[in-house]
This record gives sequence, C-alpha cells and structure tokens, in this order.
Amino acid sequence: MQWETVIGLEVHVQLATQSKIFSGASTAFGAEPNTQACAVDLGLPGVLPVLNEGAVAMAVQFGLAIDAEIPETSLFERKNYFYPDLPKGYQTSQMAQPIIGKGEVELVLDETERKTVRIHHAHLEEDAGKSLHEDFHGMSGIDLNRAGTPLLEIVSEPDMRSAREAVAYIRAIHAIVTYLGISDGNMAEGSMRCDVNVSVRPKGQEAFGTRAEIKNVNSFRFVERAIEFEVERQIELIEDGGKVVQETRLYDPDLDETRSMRTKEEANDYRYFPCPDLLPIMLDSAYIEHQRTTLPELPTEKRNRFESDLGLSAYDAGVLSATRPTAEYFEAVLAVCGDAKQAANWVQGELSAHLNRENIDIKNSPVTPEQLGGLISRVLDDTINGKAAKQVFAALWNNDGQSADEIIDAQGLKQVTDTGAIEAMIDQVIADNPVQVAQYREADEAKRGKMIGFFVGQVMKASRGTANPQQVNGVLKQKLDEA
Amino acid sequence: MAIEHADVLRAAHLARLGLKDDAEAHGYVDDLTHILEMVDRLQAVDTEGVAPLSHPLDATQRLRPDEVTESNQRETFQACAPATTEGLYLVPRVVE
Amino acid sequence: MHHKTLTELAQGLKAGDFSSRELTTHLFERIERFDGDINSFITVTRDQALTAADAADAARAKGDSRPLAGLPLAIKDIFCTQGVRTSCGSKMLDNFEAPYNATVVEKLEAAGMISLGKTNMDEFAMGSSNETSYYGAVKNPWDRSAIPGGSSGGSAAAVAAGLAPAAMGTDTGGSIRQPAAFCGITGLKPTYGRVSRYGMIAFASSLDQGGPMARSAEDCAHLLGAMAGHDLRDSTSVSRVVPDYVAELDTPLAGLKIGLPKEYFGDGLDSDVESAIQEAIRVYESLGATVCEVSLPHTHLAVPAYYVIAPAEASSNLSRYDGVRFGHRCDNPADLEDLYKRTRAEGFGDEVKRRILIGTHTLSEGFFDAYYRKAQQVRRLIRQDFLDAFDQVDVLMGPAAPTPAFDLGAKKDPVSMYLQDIYTIAVNLAGIPGISVPAGFAGKRPVGLQILGKHFAEGQLLNVAHQFQQATDWHRRHPADQETT
Repeated sequence: MQWETVIGLEVHVQLATQSKIFSGASTAFGAEPNTQACAVDLGLPGVLPVLNEGAVAMAVQFGLAIDAEIPETSLFERKNYFYPDLPKGYQTSQMAQPIIGKGEVELVLDETERKTVRIHHAHLEEDAGKSLHEDFHGMSGIDLNRAGTPLLEIVSEPDMRSAREAVAYIRAIHAIVTYLGISDGNMAEGSMRCDVNVSVRPKGQEAFGTRAEIKNVNSFRFVERAIEFEVERQIELIEDGGKVVQETRLYDPDLDETRSMRTKEEANDYRYFPCPDLLPIMLDSAYIEHQRTTLPELPTEKRNRFESDLGLSAYDAGVLSATRPTAEYFEAVLAVCGDAKQAANWVQGELSAHLNRENIDIKNSPVTPEQLGGLISRVLDDTINGKAAKQVFAALWNNDGQSADEIIDAQGLKQVTDTGAIEAMIDQVIADNPVQVAQYREADEAKRGKMIGFFVGQVMKASRGTANPQQVNGVLKQKLDEA
Repeated sequence: MAIEHADVLRAAHLARLGLKDDAEAHGYVDDLTHILEMVDRLQAVDTEGVAPLSHPLDATQRLRPDEVTESNQRETFQACAPATTEGLYLVPRVVE
Repeated sequence: MHHKTLTELAQGLKAGDFSSRELTTHLFERIERFDGDINSFITVTRDQALTAADAADAARAKGDSRPLAGLPLAIKDIFCTQGVRTSCGSKMLDNFEAPYNATVVEKLEAAGMISLGKTNMDEFAMGSSNETSYYGAVKNPWDRSAIPGGSSGGSAAAVAAGLAPAAMGTDTGGSIRQPAAFCGITGLKPTYGRVSRYGMIAFASSLDQGGPMARSAEDCAHLLGAMAGHDLRDSTSVSRVVPDYVAELDTPLAGLKIGLPKEYFGDGLDSDVESAIQEAIRVYESLGATVCEVSLPHTHLAVPAYYVIAPAEASSNLSRYDGVRFGHRCDNPADLEDLYKRTRAEGFGDEVKRRILIGTHTLSEGFFDAYYRKAQQVRRLIRQDFLDAFDQVDVLMGPAAPTPAFDLGAKKDPVSMYLQDIYTIAVNLAGIPGISVPAGFAGKRPVGLQILGKHFAEGQLLNVAHQFQQATDWHRRHPADQETT
C-alpha cells in the first residue's frame, strides 16, 4: 500500500515586545525566578489585564506579511484549566474571533519547487510560566516570569505532505517573523514552539486519517525526526491491523521516538467564554494601513528580487535571503562594491567559512560589510589578486587593520602590473632554472601547458604573490616559446 | 434541562472542588436542579437573531503602550504565599 | 456626632467643633461597644486610622480644606488594602494581606479620607443576606432578628448603626442597593465602568461595580466624585469626564418624567413596601414631577439570565484560588490534584461552591449554547427594555426589594433567596446606574426606594434623590443603640 502523510502545524511564536501582553512587567529572558512576575501576571485577587499595543501591532504585521484577512473585530476568551504554571486557572486566548484570519505562506522546497501552505488563522494569547522539576523537598518549583509573555499562535491547514515540507514551513514562518522583527525566533530559548498534527492515509484517499498531535517540538531537526518516527509508527500500526488513536504525544529527542501522554489526556473541557475583563479589539483600516507602512521587504520578495534584478542563481538567492541578518549583510556589501555575484561569492564563501568555523553569528561578524565591500572593490579594480584578497580578509578578520586599503598598503600586497618589473623577474627565473627550461622547450604543446605552472609559481613566489598571475602567464609563455 | 449526579461530579472535578462524600454531591444535585429549573425560563423566550451581549457598554478595548512599568516586587508578593523556596512557588511534584 | 452626615461632619471639622482624631476615636469607641452584636466589621484598623486622623488634623491646621479630608469611612472587605487583611468574607483569604491598594482605595485616601477598617460581606459577594460570610452573619441594626441585606451588609449596617458615616460597597446584582434599603441608608450603584474595578476582588467581572453607601445622596455625590474616573489599570473603566455631582444636586425637579415599571409592582410585592413607595412617588409629584407607567417586559428573565452569567464568570474568576500563590492551602497535599481539591473544598463556603458548580456546568461542552449564549442574548433584550423605557421617561422608580429585610435564617432555599433580587439584578445586566434611598418603614424595618437612570446619569439620580431628601426625613432616622450583650 502507498501511504500519504498529512501534516498541519501550530507554531507558537513569542512576540518581541518589551512588556507582557496584559501587564507592564518585562519579558526579558533569563531573570531570577519570579522577579518579572507582577501582580497581574501572578493573578492576585483584584488585578485586571490591559492589552499591549505592541503585541497587537506585531500580530497585524504578521497578518499583512501572509496576506491574511484581518477582521475588524476580534475577541479574547478564557480557556479554563488548572495547572500550576497557569496562575489564574485560565489562559487568556482567542478562539471564535482571532485577530488574524485566513492567509498563506509560500515555501521554497528547492531551486525549482515551491508550494503554498494555507494559514487557517493566527491568534494572540498569553504564555504560561514554568514548572521546575528539580527536587525542592519533594516539590516542584514554579517560576512565573514567562507567564503573560505574548504569543502569536499560527495555525496552518493540513497542507503539508512530508517532514521536509513541514520543516520548510517552519523555516518560512521563522524567516517571516524574524524579518518582521516581531520575534527573535530563538528556538533554544523557546521563542518558537511547534505542535505537529500528523496523520497518514492511503494514497488517493480523500478523507483524512486519525491524527496524533505531537506537542512542543523545539527545533527544526526534532520536527523532522518526530514526524518521520510518527509516520512510520502509524503506518506500521495500521498495516498490523491496528488503529491510530487521536491523542497527544511527546517527542523524546534522546530516544528519538514519540510517546503517548495519555495519562494527562482525561477529557478536557476548556469552557471557553469571552473574557469579561477585556473588551472587543477594533482595528480600523487606517490602523492596518499604518502597520503596512512599517513592513520591511519580506523573504520571498527579497529572494525573487535577488534572482530577477541582481541575476543571482536561485540557490544563491535562497541562501542570501534565508535570514534577515544575512540578507542585510549581503546588501550592505553590495552597496559598497556594486558587484552582486562577487558579493554573493564572498558572503557565502570566505565569510561564511570563517563564521562557521568559529561559530559566530553574522550579526557579530568581525569583518563588517563595509570592510568586505571595500576588499571586493580592490579585487574588482585589479589592485590585488585573489590570493592577496584572502590574505587581506584574514587580516580584517583578525583586526590587523581597519580597511582593505590599509592592509594592502601595510603588507605591500598591491598587485604588480608593471611589465618591466615582471619581465625582469621572469628573466631571472629562466636564468635560474636552465634544466626545467630545456625540458619545457623539448616538450610538446600539451605537456607545456602543465609544465608552465612551475614557472608561474616561481615568479609569484619571487613577487611575494603580488604579480598579476594572468600577466605573468602571458609573458612567460612568450619568453619560453621564443627560443 | 435536568442535572444529574454525574454532571455534578464532572463539574466538581473540572472546578477542582473536592466533595466529602456522596451525600454532599447529592445535596448539590438537588440545589443545582432547583437553580437550573429557574434558569430554564430562559428557554421560553425567542432570541433568534439577537446578538449575545458580553458587556453592558458598547465599548472597545483600549491599548496600553508597550512599556515596562513594573519592577521586581517578589518579596512583597511572596510574603502572602503559602510555600516558596529560592524565589519559587512550591507545589506537589508536577508529573509530565 | 455619629449620626451626622459627611457634609455636616466636614462643617464640624472646619468649625473646630471636633477634630478628626476625636471623631475617629469616638467611632472606634462605638464599634467596640456596639459591633460585637452587629458584626459589621471584619477588621478594624485603629492605629492606622488614628495616625491618619492626626495627619489630617495637622493638614487642616495648615489650611487643607478638601471636602472629604479627615473624614472616616469603612471599606467593604472586597477592596484590596495594602498590608491589611482583605478577606472577601472567605476563609480562602482569611490570611491574605493584600500587597497593593485598590484604585478606589487610593483615590479616597488621596482625597484625605480615613479608613476605619474592613466591613463584613457575603463570601466573595455571593449572597443577599450577608449570611454566607466566613466571619458570621451581620445583624440589622433596626431589628436584630433581621438580616442587613447583602452582599455589602457590613457596610450598610455600620453606617446605619452610627459606626461609620459612610462606607464603600460593591454591587453585582443589588449588593449596594438592597442592603442600603434594608438598613435605611442611601446607596448608589454607578454605571458599569464609571468606577475602577482594579483591586476590587472580582465576582462577576461584567456586572461588578463599586459605589458609595452613606446617610444622604449629597454624601454619595461627594464620595462618587472622589471615586469615579478612568483607570489605566482597568480596561473596562470609561474615559469620560467626571461631572461635578454636588453642583447638580439642587436642580429643581419640575417637569421630571418618572416611569413606574409595572413589572416592579406586581405579585410578591409586600403591601407595606408598596405603600411606602407610592407615598414616595406622591412626594415627587408634589415636587413637580410627572409619573407614568412603563413596561420592562423581560424583567422576569433577569434572575434566570443573571444566574447563568454571574456564576459562569465567577467560576472562572475564582479559579485563581488554588493554594499556590496566596490564600488558604490545605495541609500536606498528597499531590497536585489533592492540593487543588482540598484547598478549594476547605477554603470556599457552600454558596460559593454552589455558584462555581453552576458556572462550570453551564459553560461546559454541550450546555454552553443553551445556557451561556442564551443568557447573553436575553441580556441584550433586558438592556433594550431599559433603553426603550428611557426614550419615554427620565428616571424609573420602584422598590429596591419586594419585602423589607427578612429574618436571619429565614431563606434556606437558594432559589427563594435569589428571587429576592428581582428588582435590582436587571440593572447590573444592563449596566445602568441605580440608587436606593430611605422611603419609610414596614413595621420596624426600613423600605428603600430605588431610582434608576440612563447610563452615566449618576448626576441626575443623585439630584433626584437629594431633592426627595430635602422634602422628607426618612434618611435622618436612625435605630436605637443596643449594647452588646
């Protein structure tokens, strides 16, 4: 039997506001426990929520970025359940009338294949706190610093058909929210968390199979692994005559498997109802249009422009638009040097190799885009050759100079293009190596092509790398072939 | 709509209200039955096309600027807490 | 001194007849002598009050002439008061010293008022008799065998008994107006959103509203002016200018159109109460008002709709009492489930549990549309009744309650207790303001005239009530002192 996988995702994005969604407490990560939990976050008797404009603006910006319907009225509701990290006994969320309606996200699967995933809706809600399970006299400790941090929950339609598509989708969401600057997208700190709904059905069948929900998967890789495991599990189960149960499962990265959370799965009844402490949110078109003016160029737009206007390959355009910092770096280099192909090669080549080796984020690159652009300009105007350029880059990386020009001067890397000087060096090399010269002259044309490399190397060495290699090659050939 | 013993047990569990014994649950079945009989008068009125009213005023949500206005008051807030250690609230072991 | 209105006490302070300290001390002496039996206070804050009184006396000597400066009041124990126990009448919060002040408390303190302490109330404001308090029932100062009304029963009794010249109350379904009526004082429930709810412990968030309880409409006007206004911490508070309520008091009533809702004068209305109300209406006619009958056709649905909406909101609002961050916690919980269930079983009283159960049930899957959604639709019909009536008349008048205060322990069945609030509950569903003013007696027990107005017509209500009090002296009556036995 041929099976088809069906995947839908709920991505919780922590919004990068300064303060919480309903209180003026800070959202900064990593503070001492409960030092950023104010009276409202703690749900003290008598406190009331007031909605953060920043969270609303960010949700609207996301809606605009995915070309979504943005309803005029939306509403907060209460989702009621007891849990120690949920101080009020309910989570303020949105259900019937979310702030963002239907939209779509374009995935780039490879250089030629693209796919559109429909977004069902996105809604605002408050995050919960954290239970710490280390042993505190046989008890768990509760830290409510995170309680009330604004989340945008983005719910897709079940449009994905493979783990690869699911990962591409999360990457696309990640790119959008980080481009917009509405989230830091830091998955390790929990700024993006995914619930993955997975089911399988015989290929060609219209109806969906029973789905399992894998909760709280926190990295691109884990999403892929969790889906792969779960798909295999479901197919095996069905082929063995079993049935998939609708349930919540947990992915365990250590064992690389999903397992049922059925113990906690008692019939929950969240008793959603409109939050009486908050009034309907009204967004008029003027507000929405104002938000539209704040939008930066988005990843797909950038990628398309890199291809069509800058003439980059689909691959290069994809890599360079993947994250906003990379794209911004590339564009800054380009602004200085004016050559997109060269800028692309340097950013993806030398720079990226150095960054990877030392595990440095491009935002913190020791070589600034202005420095790299200056370096490329010197290659383009033949001031230095490629070999010297790498030396200059290394010097910039090590902070041995402020600019390419400074380093070129200091280290005497300026390319020698004076024919007289080059001829003198060549004459010297010919005089110093009579045996090789004789061998060369006896060889046929095909062999000569290989043998000339030795003489070029000698001349470059004599020039300490500063001679123009093309020029050296030409003059050498002429002189050796002369006799 | 009648309310049954099982409904009361379910509501008590959802609301995390411990009931001493069956007699207590039965007491609530009686009370809630009377209350819901009174509430059932609502069913007699035609509300077709009437929009539900959640707030008495037709007001809309005011937004506050995204600013940090609160500072750390952990000590004050935890002074009224039943059990804390190292700044954390303590609860019986949470089993995931 | 203890039967004077705030306005008279302010004059006394100004004239130097007595100081804030003398006044405050006198009231504490009375509380000591008489409150043992009445039980109107849960917590008395004598030291803080005397310190504040001395400060007020000093400020007055330096020219502080703010109208409420140095005047004492009592605060319903539903308002958070920093560093002072804020119990909400519940064992759940018996050990809770609020770490912050309610906005209203801050505002009244900023106006110079002095808190005498926190008054008794039905647990979490759920009750109409003050009998559900963890701290015991409150007795009606006019007749110790009667309830004082609820849920602001302690506040009403304290004012009636001359233990405090004024008090703060809250009203979710009649909890200011009904005890004011039963204790023969004046109590105003403002328009929803007029007074901040921040720091006022929530019962039903879309219905709750704080307001003043005092000896006269004029005093209520002073208090409301100090309490009202937009609060950045309460999304549901309204940003509208607070008018000068005192300045409006003297507007003549000639031409005022009064509507009498026929549904408020039907079956179940006590005949003594009815005659007192009719007599009051005649007073208004003599003041130049015209009277006509109006109809509020959905009145009979107000109590049913309320007993869906209020418990539903309450069931959610009261989920925060889980024994983790504040309040009661059971001993040695075996696990989380045990912590929640035992803490809440021990901390809440019967009426609170009953309402949590109804609210939880009506919100749950399969019942939501039939109960909650239906009740919200009916709520719109009820509000529309009032809007239509106010197209015809300026104010509505009727009894605050169908009977005078009933006997302690008389109403064992919850539904018969709930039906007591038939005339007050619709007002909260509609969000309009209402005031109860003393209008006579049924035997020993006072009768309250309820006046209802359009949204934000508090100024008019206070004016209409004040003019009545200029023409009558019911509000000047007070019960005889009775020593604690």
